[in-house]
Amino acid sequence: MITFDAVPEEYRHWALSVDGRVATLAMDVDEDGGLRPGYKLKLNSYDLGVDIELYDALQRIRFEHPAVGCVVLTSGKERMFCSGANIYMLGQSSHAWKVNFCKFTNETRNGLEDSSAHDGLKFIAALNGTTAGGGYEVALACDEILMVDDRSSVVSLPEVPLLGVLPGTGGLTRVVDKRKVRRDLADMFCTSADGVRADRAQEWGLVDAIAKPADFPALVKTRATALADGSSRPADAVGIKLKKLDRKIDDAGYRYSHVDVAFDRAGRSATVTIQAPAGEQPTDPEAIQAAGDRWWPLALARELDDALLLLRTNELDLGLLILKTRGDAAAVLAADQTMLAHRDHWLVRETVGYLRRTFARLDVTSRSLYAVVDQGSCFAGLLYELALASDRIYMLALPEGDENPPELQLDGFNFGLLPMVNGASRLQTRFLGDPTTIARLEALKGPLTAEPALAAGLVTLAPDDLDWDDEIRLAIEERASLSPDALTGLEASLRFAGPETVWTKVFGRLSAWQNWVFIRPNATGERGALKVFGTGSKAQFNFERV
Amino acid sequence: MGINYQDRIPNNVDLGSNRTLQRALEHWQPEFLKWWQDLGPTDYQAKDVYLRTATSVDAKGWATYGHVRMPDYRWGIFLAEPDANRRVGFGDDFGKEVWQQVPGEHRSTLRRLIVTQGDTEPASVEQQRLLGHTAPSLYDLRNLFQVNVEEGRHLWAMVYLLHAYFGRDGREEAEELLTRHSGDGDKPRILSTFNEPISDWLSFFMFTYFTDRDGKYQLKSLAESSFDPLARTCSFMLTEEAHHMFVGDTGIARIVRRTLEVMKELGTDDAAAVRHAGAIDLGTIQKYINFWFSSALDLFGADQSSNAASYFANGLKGRPDEAQYEDHLALDQTYALEMPNGEGGVKLENIPLRNAMNEVSRMSYVKDCEIGLTRWNRLIQKAGFEARLALPSPRFRRSNGSWGNVPTDLTGRPISQADYDARLGDWLPSDTDRGFICSLMRSVTEPGKMAAWIAPPDRGINAMPVEYEYVRLN
Repeated sequence: MITFDAVPEEYRHWALSVDGRVATLAMDVDEDGGLRPGYKLKLNSYDLGVDIELYDALQRIRFEHPAVGCVVLTSGKERMFCSGANIYMLGQSSHAWKVNFCKFTNETRNGLEDSSAHDGLKFIAALNGTTAGGGYEVALACDEILMVDDRSSVVSLPEVPLLGVLPGTGGLTRVVDKRKVRRDLADMFCTSADGVRADRAQEWGLVDAIAKPADFPALVKTRATALADGSSRPADAVGIKLKKLDRKIDDAGYRYSHVDVAFDRAGRSATVTIQAPAGEQPTDPEAIQAAGDRWWPLALARELDDALLLLRTNELDLGLLILKTRGDAAAVLAADQTMLAHRDHWLVRETVGYLRRTFARLDVTSRSLYAVVDQGSCFAGLLYELALASDRIYMLALPEGDENPPELQLDGFNFGLLPMVNGASRLQTRFLGDPTTIARLEALKGPLTAEPALAAGLVTLAPDDLDWDDEIRLAIEERASLSPDALTGLEASLRFAGPETVWTKVFGRLSAWQNWVFIRPNATGERGALKVFGTGSKAQFNFERV
Repeated sequence: MGINYQDRIPNNVDLGSNRTLQRALEHWQPEFLKWWQDLGPTDYQAKDVYLRTATSVDAKGWATYGHVRMPDYRWGIFLAEPDANRRVGFGDDFGKEVWQQVPGEHRSTLRRLIVTQGDTEPASVEQQRLLGHTAPSLYDLRNLFQVNVEEGRHLWAMVYLLHAYFGRDGREEAEELLTRHSGDGDKPRILSTFNEPISDWLSFFMFTYFTDRDGKYQLKSLAESSFDPLARTCSFMLTEEAHHMFVGDTGIARIVRRTLEVMKELGTDDAAAVRHAGAIDLGTIQKYINFWFSSALDLFGADQSSNAASYFANGLKGRPDEAQYEDHLALDQTYALEMPNGEGGVKLENIPLRNAMNEVSRMSYVKDCEIGLTRWNRLIQKAGFEARLALPSPRFRRSNGSWGNVPTDLTGRPISQADYDARLGDWLPSDTDRGFICSLMRSVTEPGKMAAWIAPPDRGINAMPVEYEYVRLN
């Protein structure tokens, strides 16, 4: 089984160094360090294992090095920045592996932009050598791209001419949408296997600044210092340690301190249960800092993040996630209040950021999501966001007068603190047709039972206690019987109503096309370009346009 | 303009009536001359040098001798004579007609191959630019300049292909070939070996023996190309390249012969005594062989290479002397590659033959290198000494492929890094060795005289006597 655990002391592919306000992440991939057998990670190419370390390093910078205002992404190799995802790895991988790999790398790159936009952590790509494919795509996710001009090094997106697939980690989208490269120049660039040298890359807007090798370190330093100076991250803060996750894995599921995942293999589903905070919780920054990674919101983010990644990679057949909550809603709301009150404190801000990215990960997880608001649940504030992320929300309606009816409650977390990849809150996206709804919901005070919740549009169905068990069972069984491919497409289409952003285009357009290309014989058939790459045989295309 | 192209630029590509080429060259030729003045051999530009100039490709014209000042050298453009029946000789398109134009799908790959080859030609001129000051004889000085002008012509040959077949991109790449400079940190030459200066004549002879021989094998591979103009260009270049290797082969042989004379006179093979007498001890020669041979091996590229496989499949770059093989498809065949077994030993792994093409070329090269060694060892044997020169294992001191950065001894036996670091000084020229070689480098300019560390050649150039004034210094 694949896990996403990493610690800097054991990195095989990256060197993380921190110098005051600037951190440097140097990619130096160990050829023999592939996650799976059958390929060598030559020329600073990467596989999932390399990206897991990158993701870990970014998290460490966010939480363990809060004084860092700018991260320089560069390479530890000479005259080679990064040659992108390893082709042999892609060639031998299953469709699902490729899709999951691309999704995770996309999320990590989006995370760079997310941290820059929300949390003041800036990124510079220092291309100190040739940069191809995924190497350029990670650079595209940075705030600035600097490139060495040694008259030899080139930057390229050679996927189409070389491999018959797309630069699928945001490359096409960001070239035109983010960097605003003219479409005809982008067309030339993306169909050239050779790419362009630094001077033309700058002329076309593919990079921001170039310098000769002797001047390059100074350029990187100047820009990194400037970005760090402009960062809102605190220069004097002391970080917390992200310790090993408290996690147990067995045949029945995953168990963390606040998250439990129970498999139902026969039913092709899993129940994910989130626990509200229990016991006394910190209410001020000092206490939060002292609690560190045991602080409930942060621990929850880490555990849910990890559980989603493990499920996606290792449990392909569990197509439906049933989301439940347990515990005291008041405790959840109190934790929310603490975060809202201290949201300018770096650790609170980073934790909110982590939750934001984790919910975004949930949104783009290609599994059906049902929220089940039953007795003992606590879908309040932050945890109600789980319900909002779901395709359907089932809430138990108890007859009036029954004790402890399930309730749900909104708070500040539901009104813009955790935007989706489309830039809007889940509530805004849900009520796209009538923007006044948001104001009405904001005015709602106190908890809602099933009937008013149903009336307010905050749940999908509210079966009563006599129907409940059957309704839930049938809904689950019915969902699990549908075509998984069609469901993935359906959910991805329905979940992201509203405005388009670079990220929605990356997930909704680029990834969808890429995943289509991935299953076409021109890419992955016996003589497909991706399959024959490196064997010395020529790809054979079916030239019919579809 | 009224330029007589045939006169100024000898060629067999009908330059006089090709407007595209004329336009490209009108711009490029002055840039080339400026480059030659700035980065070609220092201080000898105004001297008359007895040079061979190619004025046509037939037996009469390819070697025309006469004294000429280097900037006036007539760098020409020559392709071997066309063969109307030539067919694709290998790869997926085996047996089909060869290409007289660049196929669109191979445009960027062919351009890259030509640029990479072209980049090494001016690079070596730049690397050797200071050697004129310490030439051991006028004969050697002349040979150096002959090599230099021919490398310049090889640059022209590659530039011709870029100008004639690659449009605007080709013209830009041709300019870049003059923009990058050997050892320039800001715009280095593409291959790192070509950024190291060659500052002594022992290194120069080693370079022409080992590194130029890599060039020969690259040219042989490209001479097989289905892109006919490239194949014909490289075929003709090979005739000139042979002289460069002759310079290396005989240069090292003459050094060995001189060393043996000194050893005989002194009656000892003691290195210090040999050095004291002003000759180069065999141990030092061996160290230089170890250094240059191992660095030349890297130039062939990784031993398992997807690029090599696709070059072969697409008919772009074949095996040297492709005709010697029976099967030109190389499909479903394997090559047994020696690899470290991870336990301090060696294992054989079968890899698809097409992916092993670099290794196939490298092994042909190694065999070719052995010939000189045999010759030099015969001299030693005849002189009655026990010592023998040898090539180190191709696994020794490699920086790419399966043996890249794997510490081994000279026989290719994997050893520990610590052991390797400790013994490397015994295997490669040390600072002291280089200092000693450097101390021998003194210019000898009297016709027929040789520096004390090298024997005279058996014969002169073009049937001229050794005492001939090959370079007129006054």
